[in-house]
Amino acid sequence: MKRTVTNEMKLRFSAISENESFARVVISGFVMRLGVTPGTLADIKTAVSEAVTNSIVHAYKGHKDGKVELSAKSYDDGTVIITVADKGCGIPDIELAREPFYTTDRESERSGMGFAIMESFMNRVRVSSVPDKGTRVVMTKKLGG
Amino acid sequence: MKLDYTLENGILTVRPTGDIDHHATVSLREQTDRLLSEKRPKKLLLDLSKTEFMDSSGLGLILGRYRKAGEMSCDFGLLNPTAGVMRILTLAGVEKLISIERTEKS
Repeated sequence: MKRTVTNEMKLRFSAISENESFARVVISGFVMRLGVTPGTLADIKTAVSEAVTNSIVHAYKGHKDGKVELSAKSYDDGTVIITVADKGCGIPDIELAREPFYTTDRESERSGMGFAIMESFMNRVRVSSVPDKGTRVVMTKKLGG
Repeated sequence: MKLDYTLENGILTVRPTGDIDHHATVSLREQTDRLLSEKRPKKLLLDLSKTEFMDSSGLGLILGRYRKAGEMSCDFGLLNPTAGVMRILTLAGVEKLISIERTEKS
């Protein structure tokens, strides 16, 4: 059976660290009206925070003129699909980047747990990246499950 | 990022208020490290009772302070993490490395 989109949104913001909390507020506002449990809401907020932080820290490496795009769609089968996309430097080896505790930035005390947290808190995480073109992370969450 | 601290019997307890994300860790790291070198405690406790949200940037901060304290021969521990923070700590296996203390009132 084909599912239907019940709501959608798209937001574009500067790649500055102040916007990490802004992205969490926006995604919370979007999913809260879908009647999510506090646990599911926390999962989604955390996963979005990880993806957005990756774009700010790694994709643009602190260049504030970069832009991050956060979009979300909810479906009538109780699924939410969230996309975080940037036009930054890209990830040369996605497999490696997804490994727990792997980081390219030990100096700045990055834990290397970003993707592991996204994978653990969401039902599905798809990453596509092209060097010097950007990265797109698509995360699926079944609400109440 | 607002940070309260107490120094009692050589134990420096720092308590941040608010979300611990990448943005917050910058100031949190600076403030904690400054207190650490000024006060030279024998133990540093990071009180997470007022932290409802933390992501992997907080893990980096915790592991970094653990190392830093170790270099100064200072013990390091976490105090009263909230349920939300505890999930992240467990996922990363932090309790295998760092002691997590709970006071009865929490």
